[in-house]
Amino acid sequence: MSVRRLAEESVQPAEFAFNREFAAQAKVWIKKYPKERAQSAVIPLLMLAQEQDGWVTKRAIETIADMLGMPYIRALEVATFYTQFQLKPVGTRAHVQVCGTTPCMLRGSEALMDVCRSKIHPEPFHLNDSGTLSWEEVECQGACVNAPMVMIFKDSFEDLTPERLAYIIDRFEAGRPGDVTPGPQIDRIYSGPAGGLTTLKQEIKPGAKNGAKATAKAKSPAATKAGRPKSPATETESKSPAKAKANVKADAKTAASATEAPKMSSARKDSATAKAAAKPAPVAAAASVDDKNRPAGIAKPAQVDDLKMISGVGPKIEGILHSLGIYTFAQVASWKQAERDWVDGYLKFKGRIEREDWLKQAKALAKGGEAEYIKVFGKKPR
Amino acid sequence: MLADKDRIFTNIYGVYDKSLKGAMARGHWDGTKQILEKGRDWIINEMKASGLRGRGGAGFPTGLKWSFMPKESDGRPHYLVINADESEPGTCKDRDIMRHDPHTLIEGCVIAGFSMGAHATYIYVRGEYMREREALQAAIDECYDAGLLGKNSKLGYDMDVYVHHGAGAYICGEETALLESLEGKKGQPRLKPPFPANMGLYGCPTTVNNVESIAVAPTILRRGGAWFAGIGRPNNTGTKLFCVSGHVNTPCTVEEAMSIPFRELIETHCGGIRGGWDNLLAVIPGGSSVPMVPGADIIDTPMDFDSLRDLKSGLGTAAVIVMDKSTDVVKAIWRLSAFYKHESCGQCTPCREGTGWMMRVMDRMVKGNAQKREIDMLFDVTKQIEGHTICALGDAAAWPIQGLIRHFRPEMEARIDQYTRNAVQSRNTRLEAAE
Repeated sequence: MSVRRLAEESVQPAEFAFNREFAAQAKVWIKKYPKERAQSAVIPLLMLAQEQDGWVTKRAIETIADMLGMPYIRALEVATFYTQFQLKPVGTRAHVQVCGTTPCMLRGSEALMDVCRSKIHPEPFHLNDSGTLSWEEVECQGACVNAPMVMIFKDSFEDLTPERLAYIIDRFEAGRPGDVTPGPQIDRIYSGPAGGLTTLKQEIKPGAKNGAKATAKAKSPAATKAGRPKSPATETESKSPAKAKANVKADAKTAASATEAPKMSSARKDSATAKAAAKPAPVAAAASVDDKNRPAGIAKPAQVDDLKMISGVGPKIEGILHSLGIYTFAQVASWKQAERDWVDGYLKFKGRIEREDWLKQAKALAKGGEAEYIKVFGKKPR
Repeated sequence: MLADKDRIFTNIYGVYDKSLKGAMARGHWDGTKQILEKGRDWIINEMKASGLRGRGGAGFPTGLKWSFMPKESDGRPHYLVINADESEPGTCKDRDIMRHDPHTLIEGCVIAGFSMGAHATYIYVRGEYMREREALQAAIDECYDAGLLGKNSKLGYDMDVYVHHGAGAYICGEETALLESLEGKKGQPRLKPPFPANMGLYGCPTTVNNVESIAVAPTILRRGGAWFAGIGRPNNTGTKLFCVSGHVNTPCTVEEAMSIPFRELIETHCGGIRGGWDNLLAVIPGGSSVPMVPGADIIDTPMDFDSLRDLKSGLGTAAVIVMDKSTDVVKAIWRLSAFYKHESCGQCTPCREGTGWMMRVMDRMVKGNAQKREIDMLFDVTKQIEGHTICALGDAAAWPIQGLIRHFRPEMEARIDQYTRNAVQSRNTRLEAAE
């Protein structure tokens, strides 16, 4: 077993309180368990505290124990027993968890740890000089067929090489985690074999008539997740009676396609696009697809601009933009403030569009392509 | 190779529509109500007929497990708990079910819960699977919206499904530790009896099942236990998700028929062994907890519970870890010892002390800094840990080392010889220098 202790008093903050968003989520968690069994929520609540503060402070443990009516020692036991709780401050921009267990070791996780040692700190659990990064070796993260891998906060980066990890760490340090797409970093579909699937190359739809019957039965799964509070709500808020959206007809079609919205039906012919479309599913919670501020989309034009040239847009974001019917620089350049805010919310970007000044970038690219971009920004677009 | 039409997880790679509608188009949630109408006994009998053995590692017959639940409630609620604390090194199958094919699992929860009189299901997802948890919760929300879950369900049976999560403790994959953790305590296994079927979550009758065991149930019931029993060998029936990692050309997770020969599994889906079949050194066929098998022994073995047991190993979770001849096999097992030391919950002395002890001896074995008699002593210690702890973590920590000693003793001895020779030589150098 591992011996874990709380951080020294000197680094412990004096107070802890959940902010509004997390307090609401905490309530949802507590409601999942029978009334007199609130203690069950201790792990999820500690995890929320960690998500909010970056690590689990002593005051947080005590506050949560009070919330759940448990003795402090029981909550302290839990916080020290479960190794996912960080009991000391970790890097603010990234805490890199390198999986070092045998399946990852066989495929080169030791080299990844060397990268962390040289780029972050020779010792695990130590902050780098600016306090933005830290790393640790963790036990199996359950992505063994995608070994070697690291986990950074909520996302896993798989099929890594030392060079790729170095790049990813750089991006996080620069405060631009959006530049790298989580998941496999080589050309493969999740846990499928690299170089093309060996099974399930076509979708299996047994007995179309049965399927139709089932669909008819389940009419009106309705009501989209739209209009729900921000991201993590997708997982905590069960059975919210769903905000009735005016346009939601009792039609199974709307079931989950809220995210895949309008254009997808045509685009989803090839699986790659389908993947891109399916992925943003949890994102959809952020902003409603049929908000009035949603920028108008167009049908896919013959000439599609490479939106990835905008700094901040990766393949994944590009896929999402395409699903919104955004294909050209001119479209991005024409967004008004409200529209930018909407897209920002939809992508859960927390203001990145403004920070990275997509407007200016897109204007330059729309006007004169790469040459104009270099003129305006003094560097090549990515 | 298993035909695509016989696959249960038809969207395991997440290529197709993951929504409820997409899942329905692939045949999930089809006729669930009719299945429930056939009654509890029919469901359990059909599950028994299918020969499904639990997919969490121990291989206990699932239908039998369901039948242990009290037929009539004595006033206490019944609970179904899904073990999605997938932490066994090498295993990553439940992850794909939850993020890409969650509706198989949710439908399974309704059916399994019905057959044991449970109206609430807790799915205990390991803490690291945050995105998977979100995907699963989104799918559950869809089902609530569609009236498949919750009060006054369209299926005529009310079921609430809650997602719970852990925080990085391997031990919580043990069913009673999982229940402790779900109650908000340290995940330390309970003594059995009483078994969870009598005294489980919150002291109520509870059944704990692996994700895959539950997720295959609806398809089995739709297509009939006989269909499932017709795949694989007797007593080892059905389809299984294999996770092949390590030194193969294209590691992947794939659903295959039970009893598929090892060679066929690797050739068909994993692009062969890195460097060719002659380069195969050893295989851990069922996740870190089972003993390793030398490559030559396993090549033509059917991958199932019984034939791997005959090789003194096991199918476990069907997480196949392949090692080629470039592997430092002693070090690979040392790393597993380090894993078990890290994950021991500290409750039973043989495990708490023994895992650390074994790791430290293994550490010396990696270098060769040991006596040959210590190999026997190490083996002896693993035997003293095995079977002397509340849960199976002690066994799991002991078996990989036993497998190593059984098959690679010459390698360990050679290393000791090498180290000793070096030590002797360097002493001579010093002596010579002193003269």
